[in-house]
Amino acid sequence: MSQNEVDRSKRRFLIAATTAVGGVATVGVAVPFLASMMPSQRAKAAGAPVEVDISKVEPGMILSVEWRGKPVWIVNRTKEMLDLLAKHDDQLADPKSEVEQQPSYCKNATRSIKPNMLVAVGICTHLGCSPTFRKDLGAPDLGADWPGGFFCPCHGSRFDLAARVFKGVPAPTNLVIPPHKYLSDSRILVGEDSKGA
Amino acid sequence: MNSLTNLLGWVDARFPLTKLWKEHLSEYYAPKNFNFWYFFGSLALLVLVIQIVSGIFLTMNYKPDAAYAFYSVEYIMRDVDWGWLIRYVHSTGASMFFVVVYLHMFRGLMYGSYRKPRELIWIFGMFIYLALMAEAFMGYLLPWGQMSYWGAQVIVNLFSAVPFVGPDLSVWIRGDYVISDATLNRFFAFHVVAVPLVLLGLVVAHIIALHEVGSNNPDGVEIKKHKDPVTHIPLDGIPFHPYYTVKDIVGVVVFLMVFSAIVFFAPDLGGYFIEDNNFIPADPLKTPPHIAPVWYFTPFYAVLRAVPPMFGSQFPGVIAMGVAVMIIFFLPWLDRGPVKSIRYRGPIYKAALTLFVISFLGLGYLGMQPVTPLFTLLSQVFTTIYLAFFILMPWYTKIDKCKPEPERVTG
Repeated sequence: MSQNEVDRSKRRFLIAATTAVGGVATVGVAVPFLASMMPSQRAKAAGAPVEVDISKVEPGMILSVEWRGKPVWIVNRTKEMLDLLAKHDDQLADPKSEVEQQPSYCKNATRSIKPNMLVAVGICTHLGCSPTFRKDLGAPDLGADWPGGFFCPCHGSRFDLAARVFKGVPAPTNLVIPPHKYLSDSRILVGEDSKGA
Repeated sequence: MNSLTNLLGWVDARFPLTKLWKEHLSEYYAPKNFNFWYFFGSLALLVLVIQIVSGIFLTMNYKPDAAYAFYSVEYIMRDVDWGWLIRYVHSTGASMFFVVVYLHMFRGLMYGSYRKPRELIWIFGMFIYLALMAEAFMGYLLPWGQMSYWGAQVIVNLFSAVPFVGPDLSVWIRGDYVISDATLNRFFAFHVVAVPLVLLGLVVAHIIALHEVGSNNPDGVEIKKHKDPVTHIPLDGIPFHPYYTVKDIVGVVVFLMVFSAIVFFAPDLGGYFIEDNNFIPADPLKTPPHIAPVWYFTPFYAVLRAVPPMFGSQFPGVIAMGVAVMIIFFLPWLDRGPVKSIRYRGPIYKAALTLFVISFLGLGYLGMQPVTPLFTLLSQVFTTIYLAFFILMPWYTKIDKCKPEPERVTG
């Protein structure tokens, strides 16, 4: 090969090799920057369990506490409320709580450890708004057959008093029941259960 | 005077100052038949400057910290001299940016400004629109009011509907498991540094591409087809400066009158520019009874709500909303009409554009309203028309009975 001729295949190889090495380096440099946007070690550590005194929650009342930056509801359901729970299974998307939105010990008709005490994360499974507690039966804006429950103001999702989602609303699944356990009759620990989850 | 000329010569030998002035202003030939609709490009540039300047002064007193953000905005409003003015200029500017950009885009739809050879101008413009939406969304979190917080909560959660990677993706965007201080801090960084830089670069690209091919006009005919044989200047072109600079100044004066009226007499514009709930500090435990995005996002928000969940996932609604935005990018290739301007289009396109505008405004209204079965049905109808305007465009523009285009621009 003469001095002046261009070796095209060598040139192509060098361009490809430089591009490949440069590309790998770019990806490598991007990793720490993108990873820095994940939750920090402090944010990860902030998920400690919360102890709640439930003795003040009268029948028919709701208490909101904060756990991991989210509202957790504690609702003391009355006998009438519990009786109504079984009467609208056909209107619910997941009446038997088949989707894993609760610890196994809450996969029951009331979705709770003690039948009357509902503990649920008050964040709509649709887009994360916090639904409002609407225990008024047959509320004018919710329809005459409204059995009491939770209504999400953002997109109109409805949940019953066991935090189970109704059919035909934007929310796809029941509300999450967080891991929790009873420390005594009047105190519960949200965020940790006997299995230490 | 002579020394000034010498200075200019000195600069020109080192930097193409006179060349740039000529290329983009004094010897940039724009069609002589621009009308009212051609104000909004220069007005968008004006609002960009207003936002950058007022934004710089706001950052001097604002604190991007969940514990202080809300109160630092109150501090700007009450204790910083003229702080209220600077803040209201910035909040009004955000809404007015979308007003002028929507009118600017509608101009493009009417006169076929996106058609060959201006496809890239349209694409750059759409990227500007996307950057603007990101800028507005992240800026709205900064005052850390109830609407800031829950609006961001809803929009970031849209990403968690993406199959498989969604939940991790939304955590990555927030930098936490809920909207928190980390989210506020990074949105601040994006809002004041990253997105404005991208926006400025895109605006430059938009204008360079425009000045390369030349402006379209209300007749949708190319003025470069008929040039003076000696000077090679388009016969229907006039220099941008002084003709259109002077015309645009008239537009600027009228615009600033409207702008000032809002800033001084109705800065929240009855809850449309600043929502009432944003005067309450963010409370992660309590969603306001009715939440809706700011007016410029409501058409797409209505599309999101119109699509019911399928297979236990909200993803279809998110897809529909994404498609509603992204499909506008493809306009240059969807339109197969033989003419560009609405003036020479047939009845089908005129009807389609009218329906599209009604649907867009209708969706905008519905996106602000609470959910009812009737409104959901209306949203679904309007969403269908909105998407059909684009999806059916290759067919209906082709069969439309267009009038012949004139050779030269008319009046």
